[in-house]
Amino acid sequence: MLIEEKANQNVFSESLIGLAENDPEVIVATSDSRGSGKLIPFAETYPKQIVEVGIAEQNLVGISAGLASAGKKVFVVSPSCFLTARSLEQVKNDVAYSDHPVKLVGISAGVSYGALGSTHHSIHDLAVLRAINNLTIIVPADNFETREAVKYAYRSKEPVYIRLGKKPMYTLHSEHSRFEIGKAITVKKGNDLAFIATGETVYRAYQAAQLLNQEGIHARVISMHTIKPLDKEAIVKAAKECSSIITVEEHFVHGGLGEACAGCLMEAGYSISFKIAGIPDEYTVTGSQDEILSNYGISGEGLRDMAKKY
Amino acid sequence: MALDDISNLEKKSVEYRRRILKCIKKANTGHTAGSLSCVDILNVLYNRIMNVSPENFRESDRDRYIQSKGHSVEALFVVLSDRGFFPESDLDTFSKFQSHYVGHPTRKVNGIEHNTGALGHGLSVSAGIALAGKMDGADYNVYTLLGDGELAEGSNWEAFMTASHYNLDNLLAIVDYNKLQITGPVQEVYNLEPFRDRMESFGWEVREVDGHNLAEMEKVFSRIPFNKEKPNLVIAHTIKGKGVSFMEDNYKWHHKVPNDKEYDQALNELVL
Repeated sequence: MLIEEKANQNVFSESLIGLAENDPEVIVATSDSRGSGKLIPFAETYPKQIVEVGIAEQNLVGISAGLASAGKKVFVVSPSCFLTARSLEQVKNDVAYSDHPVKLVGISAGVSYGALGSTHHSIHDLAVLRAINNLTIIVPADNFETREAVKYAYRSKEPVYIRLGKKPMYTLHSEHSRFEIGKAITVKKGNDLAFIATGETVYRAYQAAQLLNQEGIHARVISMHTIKPLDKEAIVKAAKECSSIITVEEHFVHGGLGEACAGCLMEAGYSISFKIAGIPDEYTVTGSQDEILSNYGISGEGLRDMAKKY
Repeated sequence: MALDDISNLEKKSVEYRRRILKCIKKANTGHTAGSLSCVDILNVLYNRIMNVSPENFRESDRDRYIQSKGHSVEALFVVLSDRGFFPESDLDTFSKFQSHYVGHPTRKVNGIEHNTGALGHGLSVSAGIALAGKMDGADYNVYTLLGDGELAEGSNWEAFMTASHYNLDNLLAIVDYNKLQITGPVQEVYNLEPFRDRMESFGWEVREVDGHNLAEMEKVFSRIPFNKEKPNLVIAHTIKGKGVSFMEDNYKWHHKVPNDKEYDQALNELVL
């Protein structure tokens, strides 16, 4: 049984306080999102290290690029749905193309804001950001991966995007796990099929693997925490060793992890039973995050059933 | 380079205009009239106002210049090469395959702080640098050049609000107000007026200058902050295509390249 911990967003904000304690150059920039970003303790502890720009996401990213160009270690925190759409041109030009080491943090990502409707869903972000040069994309699955992602972003001299959800997550990794950018982590071994999942769906794939275990089917579960650069080696290895692959993501089926894996396998010359589990190309249903994901088969039971078909 | 008097600076403006046209003619592409419109502003900034040079470009206390109207890059390249950031001969590669001297500023070119080209970006970035300067107690200033047509971009107005919210009196935004954009007169395409009133209501301290009067610009630019704790805006009244009679005040020269005859005529007009 896995232990429920904190929401990745909370872990992120706690990590920031730790960083700011030793480094006055750490700055958080927000667009009226300190509450949803769990940043109020940070703001109270380091009031001079938080920059508020109001509800103006384009300006938020532009200002952050300027702050970074002047040497600040800037974490930009805004709901992912706005940060990666409203300010996409600023991300593309002012951060990535201009090569300023801004740390973009998309909070309440995927369908975290499920019942608020599609304006607040962020199921396009991986697709658009993958199409931008010079941007590392990290989607942590649990608190451990979140802490490591924040540490990496803090040290990075290049632009980074971290995608975080707001639900408490379960511990997937042992304390001996090793986190390395661009290197997937195998959460569970198995050779019958492989779930390659990212972010908050890794736990769901793990649940499915546990259910399949009861039926004598041994599924591998891979946490693909870095979407770019992608761990092609782990994907090809899964194709070599397993009879089918199911990718799992809290994202549109187009342009995300699934298509990235498919492209990788095609280029490597592998043809394998393959399924992308994600949000389909339709008017997205609303409800809680769990209800939406389950509706599209992204649940322990749903993924178990999918696995038996592929 | 030390300059003794304004007449030397005026000579530079003539030479800069000749080089802008040479660059555009050789590449057979470029934003002709806008570069001629803003080059006097750049002349004053780089030769009289800003503490920035090839020697101190990596120093944290240098003044910063961000050209938000990135399409007038030819003017910027010409001034940067004159200031020694790179040899003038580099501009022979302007817009050529694999050259970093492309049609908008990029940091691949020595002396460029930020990549621009998409309009409505430079002011936010400038405000960010100015804010960092305030946080650090640094004494550098940030200078940014905006186009008038560009001000239709809403992101500028977000940044105008930020600059006054954070009292960025170390930021000087200069608007190259030539009153023409690619489609025609700004007033007809998308009216900017009452511009000064709008800016003052946004909390900026505003001055207006003749954007081709070098002495006047030097006097005004050197006086920032105009009013302590307020961001500074200069409306530089300019003439698009300035210096070449048949290009002046004609929006059709926005990105038109002169033919051989027009080029010769322009150079004949641009003499010391």
